[in-house]
Amino acid sequence: MSEAALACALLALDPSGLKGAVLKGDASAFLAALSQLSGRRPHRVPPHTGSDRLAGSIDIAATLKSGAPVHDHGLLAEADGLLLLTSAERLPPDKAALIAAAMDRGAPFTVIAHDEGIDEERAPMILVERVAFLLNVTQYEPLDIDVTAARALLPRVTLPDRITEGLCQTALALGISSIRPAVMALRAARAIAALDGRVSVDDDDAGLAARLILAPRAVTFPAPAEQEPEQPAPQDAPEPGEDDGAPTPQELADRLLDAVKASLPAGLLAALEKNLRQPGSKSGAGAVSQKSGLRRGRPAGTRQGEPRNGARLALIDTLRAAAPWQPIRRRANPLRTGVHVDKPDFRIRRFKEKRETTAIFAVDASGSAALHRMAEAKGAIELLLADCYVRRDRTALIAFRGREAELLLPPTRSLQRAKKSLADLPGGGGTPLAHGIEQAMLVADQVRRSGGIPLVVFLTDGKANIARDGTADRASALRDAEAAAKALRLAGVRSLMIDLSDTRTGPARKLAEAMGADYLPLPHADAARISASVSAAMQA
Amino acid sequence: MTLRYPFSAIAGQDELLQALLLTAVDPLIGGLLAFGDRGTGKSTAVRALAALLPEIRATSCAYHCDPDSPSAQCDACRTAAAHKLRKLPIPVVDLPLGATEDRVLGSLNLERALSHGEKSFEPGLLAQANRGYLYVDEVNLLEDHIVDLLLDVAASGENVVEREGLSVRHPARIVLVGSGNPEEGELRPQLLDRFGLSVEVRTPTEVATWVEIVKRRDAFERDPEGFTTQWSKHEDQTRRRIVKARKALNDVEVPDPILERAATLCINLKTDGLRGQLTLMRAARALAAYEGAKRVTDGHLKRMAAPSLRHRLRRNPLDETGSTTRITRAVAEVFGA
Repeated sequence: MSEAALACALLALDPSGLKGAVLKGDASAFLAALSQLSGRRPHRVPPHTGSDRLAGSIDIAATLKSGAPVHDHGLLAEADGLLLLTSAERLPPDKAALIAAAMDRGAPFTVIAHDEGIDEERAPMILVERVAFLLNVTQYEPLDIDVTAARALLPRVTLPDRITEGLCQTALALGISSIRPAVMALRAARAIAALDGRVSVDDDDAGLAARLILAPRAVTFPAPAEQEPEQPAPQDAPEPGEDDGAPTPQELADRLLDAVKASLPAGLLAALEKNLRQPGSKSGAGAVSQKSGLRRGRPAGTRQGEPRNGARLALIDTLRAAAPWQPIRRRANPLRTGVHVDKPDFRIRRFKEKRETTAIFAVDASGSAALHRMAEAKGAIELLLADCYVRRDRTALIAFRGREAELLLPPTRSLQRAKKSLADLPGGGGTPLAHGIEQAMLVADQVRRSGGIPLVVFLTDGKANIARDGTADRASALRDAEAAAKALRLAGVRSLMIDLSDTRTGPARKLAEAMGADYLPLPHADAARISASVSAAMQA
Repeated sequence: MTLRYPFSAIAGQDELLQALLLTAVDPLIGGLLAFGDRGTGKSTAVRALAALLPEIRATSCAYHCDPDSPSAQCDACRTAAAHKLRKLPIPVVDLPLGATEDRVLGSLNLERALSHGEKSFEPGLLAQANRGYLYVDEVNLLEDHIVDLLLDVAASGENVVEREGLSVRHPARIVLVGSGNPEEGELRPQLLDRFGLSVEVRTPTEVATWVEIVKRRDAFERDPEGFTTQWSKHEDQTRRRIVKARKALNDVEVPDPILERAATLCINLKTDGLRGQLTLMRAARALAAYEGAKRVTDGHLKRMAAPSLRHRLRRNPLDETGSTTRITRAVAEVFGA
């Protein structure tokens, strides 16, 4: 039986304990099956659903029409079925927080977050954290199963202490820092036993639960055998050999880990790495996003429009707009009492939002640059980082060396992380400048799409020697780099070129011209001057 | 109303729990910042506090003013001849990310304006949280303009609304509790300074602790009523201790040499402003009161140094030395090893 089908059955069986799932891939079949199994209907919640619709508010249009207050209690208070969050990776953090708060309050709905993101985009961590299953549904084979019998059985299922211990040890060994998955694994183990018609959880149930719930959240992976003592030594494994030869929690944990390993899909290691590199950065480090200017920020006047989707009615201005029409409307409609306010009078508030700047550092970590002035470059970046911290800008770090460019640090506000990835920056190898510029452009584009202002700072000597196709050919490498630089200029991304070479007439200068960047040679720039010029570029 | 997880049943987060209790003993300590991993019980602890703390007596206005303290009442209560009193649990109000200014400050009451044509004020979250806790999860992701509002209110204890033709001021004595994950962004120093205490919440690393937490959590989820009853004795005990500590607080003596040492510590650590020293003194006093001591000792001071000061150190943003280490070092210097 496939994992997805099992997860589906478990969710139908114990919705209050397992809370929901984050789905990648084909959600519809899963949803249909879950809906059928649990007898609950899905309710679609697209990411643009207004916060007022979620949390409830007064329905202004209906109130005006009826003359008596009409309340809308909000989806989260009403929903008791399956809450289907479509395009969950686009769900803004504030709405995710509302949903999470409702889940914490014990709301009766089951959250199915359909994560349709690619690459770096992910469903908000605050939700991922609170649901049991993270599933990648490639094909869904429906499961012919009846959960009614299991449901009756579930409250009576017992769970031996050593299984609790085993699951906890497994979670720890996998580097999971949150307690929630461990609690949910317990619930899942019980549900699995109930599904199988048993009233006691056995080791296999626990293994299955660990695979389903703990494995996808693994952050580290314990090295095989010889490293074992790294785990906190089992405090005198509680009464060893209690019931006839049942494995101790430690042994069980090992077996559970094996079960987890056995289920590892091919791409997991890559995913692990990703987990390590950006723990939850998607949940909202970039909380400042909307450009729409109708929902948040500092007030900036009003405009005509309807109070929908979170836009707030500006009452005074609405009334002011309605005022001149009162005599006419009263004549036209003498039976209506009170102030005659019609739709065209609606004024909504506008907000001015400070758009966030993201400084993207693209650092040449190649041999030529590393040998000469890597230390100076690092010093300069550190100064710039400190500046970004003060200005509350976000930073991202790209390094290019060898054959490729790598995004070492996705945009973040965390100085600690920026500092750390800078310190870990390796050096040496060729200079794939074209790749570096392209990667910077990619990140700049991402920043723009989420409503920020990108600023790219290049630190390189401009001596490209790896072409786009990876060949070590200086001439074509330079050509490619220049082409990429021109593309950057066309995209209208502001940039700054800090030349690490000794001459002021080198290729870096040319590149700076090609990309329309401000040019600053490092030899004559002390770190403070660099910092000042970045600040100037940011303010411009 | 769903049952809350009992405060006393939270395992493995002693520093966090203690800091929360101290803010309950002396609200003047001024709030708490809990930074750390997800799923370590930060939110649970804060929300459990409401059920733990003794009820307050309040007037029937929207701000549940304190009947015994006229200076901290809203205008209506101050001028009223007699109060209708009620008992309320201490408010613990969640401030969700993305809350609008209107929601936080309060705004024109649309309902009354539209249906009755009256201009009236609809109190916001700050009003709800008066005399209690305002809890901001992921406080480091809070938008700057909301942060500005909070700073202002936390400092003055009063919410002033001048907008939409309204002119309202009402008491908003709040204890700000923030939590978040530092990996996802840092907090502005101005806001940091407004938090009295700060704790670093870590995931426990011992299996035994995990097992205990998971078991209790599981037991609670499967049978909330039974679990709550089972822990009610502990809850009562803690509650009584808080009440006792509150009464004793004013009688706890703070000897001058202690104050001097606190000052030396702050000077050596180069903390900005006096707020750090004041908080350190208050926290140590609250701790002494909670532990039934008559006067503050070096021991109290030492234990409260890290939570009171670690977020106030002037930080070279690129210095990796943890604040806690620096404080431990300074404490050893001042008090002698």
